[in-house]
Amino acid sequence: MIIARIIGTVVASQKDERLEGKKLLIVRPVNLDGTDTSGYVVAVDTVGAGFHERVLVVAGSSARLAENMKDAPVDAAVVGVIDTVDIMSPEV
Amino acid sequence: MQLARVIGTVVATMKNPSLVGRKLMIIQSLNKDLAPQGKPLVAVDAAGAGVGELVFWCRGKEASFPFKREDTPTDCTIVGIIDSDQHVSCQ
Repeated sequence: MIIARIIGTVVASQKDERLEGKKLLIVRPVNLDGTDTSGYVVAVDTVGAGFHERVLVVAGSSARLAENMKDAPVDAAVVGVIDTVDIMSPEV
Repeated sequence: MQLARVIGTVVATMKNPSLVGRKLMIIQSLNKDLAPQGKPLVAVDAAGAGVGELVFWCRGKEASFPFKREDTPTDCTIVGIIDSDQHVSCQ
């Protein structure tokens, strides 16, 4: 799983029926210190995350295993909203 | 599977119900000389690892196999704890 920040939403009226009712978010992977990296991913929201929140994103076929996502054509899902991140020491 | 060092923890109160009760750790992948390689990742812990420990982890769909396999959305799971740094030998 990666840590990412929500930077936007996507609206798509015409989509696979198994994606209906699911919120699509644009997320950007971030470093442990909270700085943004380049790139982005469109992920399905399973937790009700909000704009700018730091979230956990699971990628690949595992994204389908989240609750309510059975058989949905999805390869990235937001599965958690991060409260805190504790790092032992940055140089390890 | 790859070697990694557990370097931290993540707390997420609001999460997918299928992840409730799972411990989330931050791991840094290592190469064969135990030097950091690539970016840190968030892993679900299936082995009871602690911060600072050397572990090996599994990626992809197989990462959910230690748990209720059709129910746990994870692509990165700690599946074993290596006894010590000296127990990794590579010629």
